[in-house]
Amino acid sequence: MSLLEVENLTVEFPSRRGTLRAIDGVSFAIDPGEVLGVVGESGAGKSLTGAAIIGLLEPPGRIAGGRVLLAGKRIDDLPPERMRAIRGRQIGAIFQDPLTTLNPLYSIGRQLVETIQTHLGLSDRDARARALQWLEDVGIPAARSRIDAYPHEFSGGMRQRVVIALALCAEPRLVIADEPTTALDVSIQAQIIALLKRVTREHGTAVMLVTHDMGVIAETADRVAVMYAGRIAEIGPVRDVVKTPAHPYSEGLMGSIPSLEHRVERLRQIDGAMPRLTAIPAGCAFNPRCAAVFARCRVERPELLPAGATRAACWLHAGGG
Amino acid sequence: MFAFIIARLFQAVPVLLAVAAISFAMFAYVGDPVTQMLGQDFTEAQRQTLVKTLGLDQPFWVQYSRFVWAALHGEFGLSFRLAKPVGSLILERMPATLELASVAALLALSVGVPMGVYTGLRRNGLLSRVFMVLSLVGVSLPTFLIGILLILVFAVLLGWLPSFGRGTLVQVGGWSTGLLTLSGLKALILPAVTLGMFQMTLIMRLVRAEMLEVLRSDYIKFARARGLSQRAIHFGHALRNTLVPVITVVGLQLGGLLAFSIVTETVFQWPGMGLLLIQSIAVADIPVMSTYLLLISVMFVTINLIVDLLYYAVDPRLRIGRGGGGRH
Repeated sequence: MSLLEVENLTVEFPSRRGTLRAIDGVSFAIDPGEVLGVVGESGAGKSLTGAAIIGLLEPPGRIAGGRVLLAGKRIDDLPPERMRAIRGRQIGAIFQDPLTTLNPLYSIGRQLVETIQTHLGLSDRDARARALQWLEDVGIPAARSRIDAYPHEFSGGMRQRVVIALALCAEPRLVIADEPTTALDVSIQAQIIALLKRVTREHGTAVMLVTHDMGVIAETADRVAVMYAGRIAEIGPVRDVVKTPAHPYSEGLMGSIPSLEHRVERLRQIDGAMPRLTAIPAGCAFNPRCAAVFARCRVERPELLPAGATRAACWLHAGGG
Repeated sequence: MFAFIIARLFQAVPVLLAVAAISFAMFAYVGDPVTQMLGQDFTEAQRQTLVKTLGLDQPFWVQYSRFVWAALHGEFGLSFRLAKPVGSLILERMPATLELASVAALLALSVGVPMGVYTGLRRNGLLSRVFMVLSLVGVSLPTFLIGILLILVFAVLLGWLPSFGRGTLVQVGGWSTGLLTLSGLKALILPAVTLGMFQMTLIMRLVRAEMLEVLRSDYIKFARARGLSQRAIHFGHALRNTLVPVITVVGLQLGGLLAFSIVTETVFQWPGMGLLLIQSIAVADIPVMSTYLLLISVMFVTINLIVDLLYYAVDPRLRIGRGGGGRH
């Protein structure tokens, strides 16, 4: 059984000028211990999907349809207090900017102990020992002497290590990592990704890795979902999506990655920009930018169709791939 | 920590000397103390003698340093009006003002902070809206009007509380307190509410604005994502982050409460320093005025020092030179 199942998830933002549909019928699943990468441009709905799953949509955003199941149990309609008990304990979260995600007024040890005690009910002593172990585990040098240090006494990379410890310290089965390396120096990014891979593998934690960095996905994920304008354009094993993308949009994304093996004069780019939520075109949302567009794409919206090893929302694969 | 306090005290010295210079100048150049002391009839010889005994023929800096020296020894001269030493005159009145100001501040804090937190958390709740409208009234109505309205309602119409004075006082080691008797406490209510009203609404609006700001921050979002309880998030993480600006304002306001309790003390005939000051101004009793000025500046300096120490306690980022390894 899948650990997380998202079925037909729809997120809306009611506003004065009508309701905006930011996520429109997204479905996917994550198996225990699996790493699912979610890629797409800014505004494609990647982060919102994560926020909807852990029940932290900012009002007025709300889940307008679909279901979210954790280990077979529905969690999107739980009362706030029961959802709170799931956050941190069952589903952890890692945010983008480690400089702002830690409370500046409390030592990192205190923040860890607080989280551990909230979920695991350990004594002060045991919780502190566990906190120390986590700090060592995520590679904080001289953890014993630094456990009582404050966030401002650490660099960005070190702080992101602390954030990872905080997200995992109550042993959740799934962690949603929302752009965990975007705010970091390039030299630090690889270390943080390697760390995330190692600790989640050691603890058997599944990961939903949200990023716009295809390089990170290619290196880390087992499967990848490509999002475009609030929908999944293509989902499948990472190797297949990278090597033989079935959706013209994924193809465009992969074409924009510089390659070391092949000499390319210019990187390909996708012309145009993703449509605003207020002006999503009829049919396939990608059709105005698509090189392979044909009549059907402009009128009828494609669902995810089998396309070789992956599934793609594209009429090119209407014949069954 | 200790070095920090010493440094701050040294910084306070020039401030206090400047204030002393101003209050001394007031002494020496506003009106003519000699004429005032001699009264209506005097001979030129009498005048000369008095000028000499008072040392007014000495150069400015000699007079000023004598003034500072005397002030350091607690000698501030005689009140023109009451012919008593100003030092003891003000000291007598100080407990009344200190009690009034601290009860008002306590009231402002203990009501203002919870109301601010509440309105920050329940932004659109009915009660929040009511609080916000009421706070507008508190911010905009002048103190004397609030005082008079309170007297009208609670002293005149309802007759529950006295409209003036401090009630029965008890002497506790040279400090006359009204906090230990029922009539003293009853007499304190109306002036304290009047004096604290503005601060309370100010604190409430400040805490609310800061809470709204902090609740949007990433670390609050992350605290939610870690599944911490609402209580821990709101009071442990959010409220504490609003404290630095709140402490700043409360500190300044407390100084203001002490210095400007004049209006409230006048309305309620509260026998404190403010009332003494206003009575002294009416007859140009300059020794009292300049001493009051000095005293208030000492209080402001002290309060600022306390505020700095509180920053230090609240925000670890301000603890400069704290040990524990460098940045990586």
